[in-house]
Amino acid sequence: MVTAASSLPQRRVEHLDAAYRTAVRAKRRRALLFAAAFAVAVILAAISAEVDLLKLADKIGNFTSYLGRIFHLDDGRLVFADIGEWYWGISKWSRLLLETLIIAYVGTALGAAGALLVCFAAAANLMPKAWIRVPLRRFLEFCRTVPELVFALIFVIAFGLGPIPGLLAIAIHTFGALGKQFFEVAENIDMKPVEGVTATGASWPVAVRFGALPQVAANFVSYALLRFEINVRGASILGFVGAGGIGQDLIEAIRKFYYSDVSAILLLIIATVVVIDLVTEQVRHRLIEVEARR
Amino acid sequence: MSQVLDADLQGLRARYPGVFRQSFLARYGSVVALAVGAVSVALGLWYLEFTPWRMLGGIAEMGKILTLMIPPYVDSWGRALIFLDALGETVALALLGTFGAAILALPLGLLAAKNVVANRIAHFLARRSLDTIRGVDTLIYALIWINVVGLGPFAGVLAIMTSDLGTFGKLFSEAIEAADKKPVEGVVSTGGGALHRIRFGMLPQVFPVMASQVLYYFESNTRSATIIGIVGAGGIGLHLAEQIRTLEFHQVAFIIVLILIAVAAIDWVSGKLRFAIIGRRSVALA
Repeated sequence: MVTAASSLPQRRVEHLDAAYRTAVRAKRRRALLFAAAFAVAVILAAISAEVDLLKLADKIGNFTSYLGRIFHLDDGRLVFADIGEWYWGISKWSRLLLETLIIAYVGTALGAAGALLVCFAAAANLMPKAWIRVPLRRFLEFCRTVPELVFALIFVIAFGLGPIPGLLAIAIHTFGALGKQFFEVAENIDMKPVEGVTATGASWPVAVRFGALPQVAANFVSYALLRFEINVRGASILGFVGAGGIGQDLIEAIRKFYYSDVSAILLLIIATVVVIDLVTEQVRHRLIEVEARR
Repeated sequence: MSQVLDADLQGLRARYPGVFRQSFLARYGSVVALAVGAVSVALGLWYLEFTPWRMLGGIAEMGKILTLMIPPYVDSWGRALIFLDALGETVALALLGTFGAAILALPLGLLAAKNVVANRIAHFLARRSLDTIRGVDTLIYALIWINVVGLGPFAGVLAIMTSDLGTFGKLFSEAIEAADKKPVEGVVSTGGGALHRIRFGMLPQVFPVMASQVLYYFESNTRSATIIGIVGAGGIGLHLAEQIRTLEFHQVAFIIVLILIAVAAIDWVSGKLRFAIIGRRSVALA
């Protein structure tokens, strides 16, 4: 076997070497500059947010002891020793948990229905008229940027205490968040079916219904399910501002130091969220398979 | 055309049975699903004691509030400065919480990645505990951290950090699992050690994905940081809740406008940075 390693002329090697070095140096300088800017931002933020690592190190014991306390009953036994005593309020809590789930479900459904109605009018490929599309997009942005708890606070004043303001807050936030995800999906569809339906003389709503909707339906359901899971978590804190659900009992337990109640309610919420997470994940995987088979 | 079809209907039926004899489920499945959905929503509304009268009363009340909100203004420049300061604190909370969580989540993500820790039980436990962390809302963590470090923005930073730890751990582990093995093998073939493998084989693949995810969450955390003050963990939420409770709606509107501007600005910056890092590629975010 003959091996011949051809090498470039010396001058050319030097030239390439120099070019490589400058490129690497420029890249390093940029990375360093960015790191320095980032470090300054972090330091400024730490001053603004009163970060005190010494205090944290000093008080971290409180965290572990807090965790310890919430898993002990008033008489000093571990909570697991007497489940009945630990979950003394289970009938009330399960009612509130059901209320939380219903708030999340109805809020997701109403928000998704609204998002479905408007999303095609916000998609650039389906709605060429900018004077409809742009204000609609701004409105969706407004609905999802204002946190749902802020909506809930305001609605509690307008509608009175109870689950209705929470439900409306979730519905509006869902409308904004799903509206955006929906129109982004709609912008990625194949336009040929829509053109085909339009070519038969169909109006815009009909073209969207039969040309666009079948392409996006599975994806929409998948996003709505994901949003439902997020909303269950969100609905669990609405009670903090008096907008219904299990949050009202949780904040009372935390504020009034009913330690074992805190762990009982938290575990209920976590278990619910995990179960819903698992179920919606299964359904979403099925939907993705359906989508892939088409 | 149609006559031809009519004449051959029997033949068509015989040739394409799938089209003509669709099962009940295939034909009316979506209608039934929609009906079930509508009925369950109605039942839910009934359970929550929703009545049209209350709704109308509430909407009328909302109309009054909206007229009070427009135009948004502040009573004094001093107030405006206080709000701006709180807004800065909000962004600081989000920044520190997000990046602190990202740093802490890196080892957790490695632990939860199937191709790093091959042990099935360890993988399962790591994933489940990350899910458990994710199952609790930021505001609940804020309440717990207030018990530990006291009222103030530091509790908010820790709360955002804790809740993002679960999310980032999961996202990072998925990014690591999706990484291509071949660059790593290439590094090994040239005699690279474990650190070289991670630095030159793994990191160039996963770093852009992770950075992009972190930037996205920075924006979404700015939004959650605006409400964390409602329970006393720093940021503009404290002022917002106070102004709502004292019915100073023009100032409420002013604060909301401030929040919208801040979030839009951060969205713009993080979008630019993400584009610079990763281009138009989309990454998993949940």
